[in-house]
Amino acid sequence: MNENESTAPEPYEPKVVAFCCTYCAYTAGDLAGSMRLEYAANVRVVKTLCTGKIDAVLLLRALEDGADAVYVAGCALGDCHFLEGNLRAIQTVAHAKKLLAEVGLEPERLEFFHIPASAGPLFAERADEMTARARQLGPNPLRRAMREPAGGKLSREPDPHPPLPPARLGKLLRELERAAAVDSSPGASS
Amino acid sequence: MIVAERKPLDEIEAMLEGFQRVLVVGCGTCVAVCMAGGEKEVELLAAELRMKAKLRGQPRVVDEITVTRQCDKEYLEQLAKYVDQYDVVLSAGCGAGVQFLAERYDAALVLPALNTRFIGVAEGPGQWSQRCMACSDCILDQTGGICPMTICPKNVLNGPCGGTNHGKCEVDGEKDCAWTLIFRKLEKLGRLDYLRKIQPPKDYSRMTKPGRFTHAAFEQADDQEGVS
Repeated sequence: MNENESTAPEPYEPKVVAFCCTYCAYTAGDLAGSMRLEYAANVRVVKTLCTGKIDAVLLLRALEDGADAVYVAGCALGDCHFLEGNLRAIQTVAHAKKLLAEVGLEPERLEFFHIPASAGPLFAERADEMTARARQLGPNPLRRAMREPAGGKLSREPDPHPPLPPARLGKLLRELERAAAVDSSPGASS
Repeated sequence: MIVAERKPLDEIEAMLEGFQRVLVVGCGTCVAVCMAGGEKEVELLAAELRMKAKLRGQPRVVDEITVTRQCDKEYLEQLAKYVDQYDVVLSAGCGAGVQFLAERYDAALVLPALNTRFIGVAEGPGQWSQRCMACSDCILDQTGGICPMTICPKNVLNGPCGGTNHGKCEVDGEKDCAWTLIFRKLEKLGRLDYLRKIQPPKDYSRMTKPGRFTHAAFEQADDQEGVS
């Protein structure tokens, strides 16, 4: 019945993921909202404590899972709340871009921006810029395959020799505590 | 620590051609510290391999797991329940790890994901340099803690040779002359008399490979077992 509807290609609406530093870019996003600025609704903001914590794995995974563009928005140079988090993020993004090129995905899908907390209009501008770029690049070729099972991280067995519990009564008693823990555990032989 | 670097992705891809189920095994010790084959790097590599296969439209499952060390049997046991389920195991350990993994699971095809470089130190973030070539006969006591075996291309034990050029090496003008470094260090320590001592020819038989070594405490245990 709805043949026409089901066969018609869906209009391409890019998905853009923005990893935003809580101290600057996220605040700038808030400001953009307060200023009633309009920016692309395609941007999904992920708030992070510091862009320095962002790992290349996260960026790659976002693209692997079908994001059309990903950007990391951190503080202006010299303004990082944690001194050098944004510098690390710049390095991480540069590395991730190299990995993307190696894989054969356009490195332009990934970018780093400096967005100071007071720059609401800049936040909106960058969001529009990245969305426009995603439109220009077209859909992420990985998106159609994103639901196909392709593996992931296997869970490890629990450590058979877990670290000792923190010493409550001093170092000498720690062994006793551990012995007591072993005795009281269900699998321990009496 | 052992310093290694990841092989180029194309080389890894070429090795994996024709295999559908891949297990990437990381190692959480040396190669994790040098950012080549630890948990994060293995995740990155597996993600890259998955993405590459998807972009080509070829079916491939890439799982990743990281063990504490690939050079200890105890840690390799943790992989027992997984290895059979894969066509190929890609080890992101150093050369020793790859071999030990292949030895433990001899029915599985184990491939290396890294090139093992050297025993070295971290000079700065992301930078390593070689400091030891495992000659099995350390002479650092005589050379102010600077290894002529590693740094000098000629392995000169009683240096410098005639090729030292304002503190640089004649083999490679970019590199420091080991013996100039040693001289300066001993001068600083006030121990220049060490240089008067002639080092005897090195006993290269100790470097015979493959090296084997049993800890003294365990040699004893073996003897006792033999006696009883």
